[in-house]
Amino acid sequence: MSARVLVGVKRVIDYAVKIRVKPDHTGVVTDGVKHSMNPFCEIAVEEAVKLKEKKFVKEVVAVSCGPQQVQETIRTALAMGADRGIHVEVSGKDYETLGPLQVSKILAALAKKEQADLIILGKQAIDDDCNQTGQMTAALLDWPQGTFASEVNIEADMLKVVREVDGGLETIKIKLPAVVTADLRLNTPRYATLPNIMKAKKKKIANVKPADLGVDMSSRLEVLKNIEEADAGGAVQTNTEGLSSLVMEQTLRPVKSGSAPSPIQTRPM
Amino acid sequence: MAAARALVRGVRLGSYSIGRSRSLIFNSVQRRGIAACIDPSIGLTDEQKEFQKVAFDFAANEMAPHMAEWDQKEIFPVETMRKAAQLGFGGIYVNPDVGGSGLSRLDTSIIFEALSTGCVSTTAYISIHNMCAWMIDTFGNNEQREKFCPDLCSMQKFASYCLTEPGSGSDAASLLTSAKLQGDHYILNGSKAFISGGGDTDVYVVMCRTGGKGPKGISCLVVEKGTPGLNFGKKEKKVGWNSQPTRAVIFEDCAVPVTNQLGAEGQGFNIAMKGLNGGRINIASCSLGAAHASVLLARDHMCVRKQFGETLSNSQFLQFKLAEMATKLVASRLLVRQAAVALQEGRPEAVSLCSMAKLFVTDECFSICNQALQIHGGYGYLKDYAVQQYVRDIRVHQILEGTNEVMRMIIARSLLTES
Repeated sequence: MSARVLVGVKRVIDYAVKIRVKPDHTGVVTDGVKHSMNPFCEIAVEEAVKLKEKKFVKEVVAVSCGPQQVQETIRTALAMGADRGIHVEVSGKDYETLGPLQVSKILAALAKKEQADLIILGKQAIDDDCNQTGQMTAALLDWPQGTFASEVNIEADMLKVVREVDGGLETIKIKLPAVVTADLRLNTPRYATLPNIMKAKKKKIANVKPADLGVDMSSRLEVLKNIEEADAGGAVQTNTEGLSSLVMEQTLRPVKSGSAPSPIQTRPM
Repeated sequence: MAAARALVRGVRLGSYSIGRSRSLIFNSVQRRGIAACIDPSIGLTDEQKEFQKVAFDFAANEMAPHMAEWDQKEIFPVETMRKAAQLGFGGIYVNPDVGGSGLSRLDTSIIFEALSTGCVSTTAYISIHNMCAWMIDTFGNNEQREKFCPDLCSMQKFASYCLTEPGSGSDAASLLTSAKLQGDHYILNGSKAFISGGGDTDVYVVMCRTGGKGPKGISCLVVEKGTPGLNFGKKEKKVGWNSQPTRAVIFEDCAVPVTNQLGAEGQGFNIAMKGLNGGRINIASCSLGAAHASVLLARDHMCVRKQFGETLSNSQFLQFKLAEMATKLVASRLLVRQAAVALQEGRPEAVSLCSMAKLFVTDECFSICNQALQIHGGYGYLKDYAVQQYVRDIRVHQILEGTNEVMRMIIARSLLTES
């Protein structure tokens, strides 16, 4: 089989950074803050490169949406073994409101344009924890999806995916073309080697605009306010009696409209 | 790479509220270098940032968790170093045609600085190994390069640099180890002292006397472990640099083929000094990494430790101390990188700059690490905390590869003999 894989990589604030909310509560401080590739995206790239090494895949294309700086993230993917990159230029207001819906529309359009057979994404990004892009992309393309994958195997022209679900592990077989989202235990991403980093310099990154793909970037969400978690009144509840009422209270709290709220906020967003 | 591993180990430290009582021992995360003004990636090209990132990730995941154990048990971490070699760290500035990575001196400095945050002692040995591989690559003929360099670059074999003797340290040109020509072999007699890796390494780059007195009588020979007449002294017990064994290397009628001579007869001292120029930048870079990690550790401790009703970060004296440490760190980094660029461009002032960098940076970085230990108070003296290991490990950088006093000699000579 000689498939083409599209891997989405997202540039996020580095996991080790202490997040600070902007004084005007419109977002978090990103200027001068260290950014790196989303850890789940690293796992996705590693899986794609592994499939190429197994000769199942003939080309790995790394895609990222955002301003000029995301090219660093694409280069990291190239250094890990991706063959070429696509930078979808999104900046300014569009970048501030960029979310899973817009990204999945972009990925769906690119999948058709590049004739991809497989899309591998991280299961979620560590900045917004949406966990929606993979699912939305599959829906837009009407492709099967294997999300929260902890193991991916090829069987003839199908993919056998072991998924991590609440009840344990679920094994499904899906036909290609498909979307897979990588969970933590799928693999351990390799270090880029110095020779690969130098080779990556020669690999091409194409520039594309959302308008060229016919994607509408307007957002259905409006962020009202971002506040520090200490001020949000989030708490660690050690007994379950008050937990259900706490969950109800948190669910109705308009910290960020339209988002799926988690009862215990571990990161101010 | 580092992120995914850290998640698996459950060290997810993104939260504020749990932060206050987090153990200072698990502070490998903080070594990733986030504070903007001391960010070591300032001024680097995208490619150099990638190199640095790999080195930082490798240091945080493969070295930092073990650095205390390697120090305490005096383990020479062969497997970890071979993993590093797989990434290209075995022959960073060696030519790619014999397995090296072919990078510049500046790239090398950046990489060692980052690796050093994980373990100074191991990184310092890797830099010595790199220096030896470069010497063979640069001054060896094709047979020698093809025989030794590929194995050194992959760290299938390890190397040691043998110049110092019990009777000649700073006065290196007065070395006594003799190499008498007998047919197609040199017969070596004498001993070398303080050899890093000695006894555990496979390839020894030895400076020995083939001719008359002084530097012009010295040649460079490559001696392989297992050669009859090559023996080792006892393993030295050191204050730091414990993840690399240090032994005397003793030659007793050791026969080395003439084909193992690097460069021309009488060129040995020259080769040794050229190797040391790069070695000095590398050692200074290792000091930088330790200082960088120590500044972050000190800063984090100041934000957590409370006395007199408030955190140490509210004390103006300590704020000023931290500011001075950070300023010295950035100044040191600039000097090392400038020296690296001068060396890779072959500038006439390169030797002096390398000496200046080694002198200034090893002194300043030791002072930084020492201050960081002081800021930790009593905890700084405990082996549970990494800062004491940085202090112990980089103390020797002010001594080896040319003492800081010899650095002053080199700089003074260049100032006073300029026409």
